[in-house]
Amino acid sequence: MADYVVHREIDARGSACPGPLMELIRALKAAEKGQVVAVLSTDQGSKVDIPEWVEKAGHKLLATEEDGEATRFVVEKAR
Amino acid sequence: MDDVVIVGGGVGGTVTANLLAEELAPEIAASKVRIRLITDRPEHIYKPAFLYAAFGRTAPRAYRRPQRELLHPAVELVVDPVNRIDAGQRQVIGESGKSYDYSYLVVAAGARVVPQRTPGLAEAGEQFYTEEGAQRLYKKLQDFTGGTVVVSVIGVPHMCPVAPLEMAFMLDAFFRERGRRDQVELVYTYPINRVHSNPAIAAWAAPELAARGIRTETFFNVERIDPQRKVIETIEGTTLAFDLLIGIPEHEAPPFLEASGLTDAGWVPTDRHTLQVKGHDRIYALGDVTDLPVSKAGSVAHYQANVVAQNLAARLRGRPALARYNGKTFCFIETGADKATYVEFDYENPPQPVPASRWIHWAKLAYNQTYWMTARGVV
Repeated sequence: MADYVVHREIDARGSACPGPLMELIRALKAAEKGQVVAVLSTDQGSKVDIPEWVEKAGHKLLATEEDGEATRFVVEKAR
Repeated sequence: MDDVVIVGGGVGGTVTANLLAEELAPEIAASKVRIRLITDRPEHIYKPAFLYAAFGRTAPRAYRRPQRELLHPAVELVVDPVNRIDAGQRQVIGESGKSYDYSYLVVAAGARVVPQRTPGLAEAGEQFYTEEGAQRLYKKLQDFTGGTVVVSVIGVPHMCPVAPLEMAFMLDAFFRERGRRDQVELVYTYPINRVHSNPAIAAWAAPELAARGIRTETFFNVERIDPQRKVIETIEGTTLAFDLLIGIPEHEAPPFLEASGLTDAGWVPTDRHTLQVKGHDRIYALGDVTDLPVSKAGSVAHYQANVVAQNLAARLRGRPALARYNGKTFCFIETGADKATYVEFDYENPPQPVPASRWIHWAKLAYNQTYWMTARGVV
């Protein structure tokens, strides 16, 4: 079982690139340090864009889960 | 009598009204249909001109026309900023207190910039997405002697997705023409890991920027701007100093739409093919207000207006609405030094920019004049 609590989940399925990444960025901007945000994306580009951005921005990618046709990225605001 | 109300006096609303009036002339003459266009100002403004206005290459008389002059005589023009839409009662309520009943409603109210959402941007940043902004930037550019100029895309989505690239290219040409390019560092920033949200446009633009010596910063999401120190701070933890900041602000649909319960995350949820507002059979949305993954550009509003007008005319005549929007988009891209290219794409087919040429630049300048025929629904 996951040892984190998702504070906010964004359903960005059907949203074209860069929609899901921009949704995640907006949500993390509004979140407090330590909170966890999840984003659901069906855009293939997200599999590269989201992990790359999370690393560059110094946050933590806690999980990448396949969820039907979508991928769920779970990110902790680390700073 | 059926009442069609169109909210918005930009390209989308104006073209929809004119096409409908032309098509439904017999019904309008027989008082079976009435078409009203409600707008917040008596003048129509061609917003793509602002990019040129920032460089002093156009003037208000070229991009402003009385809205009445552009409308088919059968369209009733109402200048009354909208206060709210009551979808249950099928009414548009104006700030004047008057209400306007509709059988069908077209929401074409556009988008507006909200620089105040980014701390420090309104105080320290320039922009060219409003007439006042473009005129202010023009003065700043005349006085600018040297230093770092940053073109920073802060809000996505924004109007005219290629305009920030065009601004960067035109700045490069502007300073070269004045022999000042060596005194200016040009920097272009974008929120994701390439220079444009569309991969094909990004792949074309990246080497074009590099060839002009324009430095790029990607994964660059502005958190705040320090107006005193003239420094941008990003949520990625980086900083960037500037002498002149041209920041593309966040955008939103007009606030009355949110107050009317017609938005989701800031934009109007719209069916990508029928252009009906989701959950509202009698309301259509087009142009910049929609949540569609297409460019917030005049060409999109123009193509969508064709679809909405065809479908409304069909429904008003009791026929099936068969027209579908396929994501068609067309954008000229100014590349500086009196050259331009263009992109054309839709939901299924990505853009393929062609080499920039003087001919395409002239086509764009010609279109800036021909626009008034587009607004009238002629071309």
